[in-house]
Amino acid sequence: MYVARSPRIAARMLGEEMLVMSGHDSTLFTLNPTATILWQAADGATPLDEIVERRICTEFEVKPEDAMRDAEELAENLAKHGILLISEQPIVKPDAPVRGQR
Amino acid sequence: MTSLGTQVLATQALATQVESYSVVIAIGGVPVRVNTTDASFLEMLQNRYAGFVSDEGITEFDLDVDLTAPSGMERDAPVRVIQSAGRWLLERGDFRAEWDPAMRRGSIRQSANPYSIDAVLRIVHTLVLAESGGFLVHSASAIRNGKAFLFAGVSGAGKTTISRLAPADATLLTDEISYVRKQGDGYVAYGTPFNGEFAKLGENVSAPVAVLYLLAQGPENRIDPVGEADAGRELLGNILFFAEDPEFVHRAFQAACDFVHRVPVRRLTFVPGVRVWELIG
Repeated sequence: MYVARSPRIAARMLGEEMLVMSGHDSTLFTLNPTATILWQAADGATPLDEIVERRICTEFEVKPEDAMRDAEELAENLAKHGILLISEQPIVKPDAPVRGQR
Repeated sequence: MTSLGTQVLATQALATQVESYSVVIAIGGVPVRVNTTDASFLEMLQNRYAGFVSDEGITEFDLDVDLTAPSGMERDAPVRVIQSAGRWLLERGDFRAEWDPAMRRGSIRQSANPYSIDAVLRIVHTLVLAESGGFLVHSASAIRNGKAFLFAGVSGAGKTTISRLAPADATLLTDEISYVRKQGDGYVAYGTPFNGEFAKLGENVSAPVAVLYLLAQGPENRIDPVGEADAGRELLGNILFFAEDPEFVHRAFQAACDFVHRVPVRRLTFVPGVRVWELIG
C-alpha cells in the first residue's frame, strides 16, 4: 500500500500539533503524533510498510505487525476524511500544490 | 416605420437618460465604488456607511448594483460562494452577485435593502484580504494607547459586552467583525461598519494589532497564556469562511496560522464590569 498527502488539504505544524484543514469543506482536524508521522512521510512513493518500519517502529515501542495493522487502519481513516490518498501503486505527483500553496 | 439609424439614435437617447450614481465605501483602506441608478438607494448607502464613505476619488474596485423588486427570499438562507473560470459567484436567498478579481469589478442583483449589499461587501473583502494574508474575524476590537486589541469569540462570548465596557480612552473598531490586514511582519486592525448587537459603527481608524484575546466569561478577571495550536484552532473557528474553494481555504488557513505565530494570543476571562479594561492596554 502507498499513501500520499492529499493536495486538497492545507496543513501546518503549530507548536507540537499538526493541524490540517479540508479544502473541500474547511473541516479542521488535529493529527495525533502517529498520524503526524504518517502524514509527513506520505510521499506517494514510499510503501506504507517501509514508513511503519523506519518511522513509526523507531519512534514508538510497538511490534511491527501491530504497528502495520494500526497504520493501515489509520491510513484508511485519514483517507475517508480526504486527508490521505491510498493506492496499491505508487502515487505520482500527489503533492501537486493548490495554487498559492507553500 | 423607423429606419435603423433612427432606432440607434433613439436607443442612445434613452441610455443617456439613465442617471448613474456612485459612492466610494472604503473599509480596511480598500475603496470600493458602488454604482447604482437609484438615488434613494445611494442615499441609504451614504447613511448606512457614514464614516466609511470616501471622497478622495480613489477606487480599487467597482461594484454595480442592479436593483430588483423585493422577492421575499430569506436572508437566513445559506450563502454559496464558488469560483468558476476565475470569477466568483456569490449567492444567497436575497441576492446573486458576481465578482471578477482580474477585472476588479463585480455586480449584484438585489432588492433595495441594506442587508444584501452588506453581506456582499463582507464576502468581497474576505476574498480580497485572503490574497494578502488578511482576514475578517468574529471579534470585537478597539484601539488603546496606539495599539489594537482583538476580542474573539462566538456569539454570546462577550464581544458586545466588552465593547460596551470600553473606557473613554479606547476607540472602538467594531463589536462584531474585525478587519485584519497583514502589513510587513505584523498585522493592522481596521474599524468596520459591520456592527453587532451594539448597533454602533466602528471608527474608521487603524492600529497595529498587539494582542488577540480569546473571550471567556468567568468569576474573575484574568489573562492566561494560550498554546499556539489552541490559538490556531480557536482563531480558525472565528474566521469568516464563505468560499467553497480549496485555494481560498488554503489561504485563510495559512493566514490564521501565520497570525498566531506572530501575534500574542491570550485567554481573557472576565466578569462583566469596567475593571476588566484595567488589564488591557
